[in-house]
Amino acid sequence: MSTASRSAAPGHGGYLIEARDVYRSFGQTPALVGASLTVARGEILAIMGPSGSGKSTLLHCLAGIFTPDSGEVWFDGQRLDGLSETKRTELRRTAFGFVFQFGQLVPELSAADNIALPLLLDKVSRKTAYQSAADWLKRLGLDELGARRTGELSGGQAQRVALARALVARPKVIFADEPTGSLDSLTGEKVMDLLVSIAREEGTTVVLVTHDARVAAYAGREVIVRDGKVTVLSEAEVVR
Amino acid sequence: MSVPLTLLGLLEREPSHGYDLKRNYDAYFGRGKPLPFGQVYATLGRLARDGKVVPGEAEPGAGPDRKRYAITSLGMAEVEAWLAEPAEAEPHLQTVLFSKVVLALMLGRPAERYLDVQRAAHLQRMRELTEIKRKGSMVDLLLADHGLFHLEADLRWMDMTSARLGALAEMVRGS
Repeated sequence: MSTASRSAAPGHGGYLIEARDVYRSFGQTPALVGASLTVARGEILAIMGPSGSGKSTLLHCLAGIFTPDSGEVWFDGQRLDGLSETKRTELRRTAFGFVFQFGQLVPELSAADNIALPLLLDKVSRKTAYQSAADWLKRLGLDELGARRTGELSGGQAQRVALARALVARPKVIFADEPTGSLDSLTGEKVMDLLVSIAREEGTTVVLVTHDARVAAYAGREVIVRDGKVTVLSEAEVVR
Repeated sequence: MSVPLTLLGLLEREPSHGYDLKRNYDAYFGRGKPLPFGQVYATLGRLARDGKVVPGEAEPGAGPDRKRYAITSLGMAEVEAWLAEPAEAEPHLQTVLFSKVVLALMLGRPAERYLDVQRAAHLQRMRELTEIKRKGSMVDLLLADHGLFHLEADLRWMDMTSARLGALAEMVRGS
């Protein structure tokens, strides 16, 4: 099985993200053992695999949340794992958006506050930030709920707010970890439909971790993580 | 399920008499529907005619046919191509996939890789159905849902089978 990515120079050749031979352990427990992966600009990629296979750890390494024990992670031509924590934090705030299964919203704040927050942290004016929040609320069919505290929203509504918050700063990449994991099938489908539609319109790259094949089917390509390694099939093996 | 290809796969493991082939087939793939002797010998005759197996000399003993059949390189190539190529992604493939996995393990072939390739074919079909859902009418959507749920069931079976390959290999190779 090929575990290597087909790439030239890191961060080039159309790839926005590249992981090369990444190892990451937690104590004595290895989570990634030589994981390699490439993600093209504008691609929607699903990372699949059994529980404990290392797929979420890989996503966290790609997003600069975890630093690999060894190996390289490249983003847009720069080596992510070599950046200082300050620079990685800045990158996460400006170039990356995150959608998790739950817990990424501040429940005491309104939907509009939550969506405006990344822009306010980036020193965008209050007026502009809240105008952008209003635009995203409308785009996601939530314009009636801007003033509502997110702790009072349904799971589907909260996840749409989380989507708006991830997208408001117009990131280059959305990292989504089981974004529909806490939702029923129909609501999950609507959230995925919105995510994919907006990503395609905006040209946003999406890296999506899921164990759900129906969620992965929204992606243009999938890779399987098994025992800390990424399984990549050759083009000859894949019927397209 | 393809009886000729399954018999060919069993012959790749070792040259066999028709009786042994039937017994092995029934043990692994019959599942309450034994293969008639007539079908075994008719299939072997066609495979011999097509150059995929060769019969040995008749051996003394009781029974209708005491020839030991051996697979040819043409037959082996056919088994390899069948195992490696994903089946068309449609629901209810379990019997075909089961046969491929068991035969691959018997023959020491990369069963996990075959499952990965099949998984990719299933996901590609699921992608097509998902696009139909996103753009089609309510009727299209409901029909696509039906296909998606059945393909998902196959995928879950593949995931469980992948997780059980080690135990299955021990069982198959120990027999």
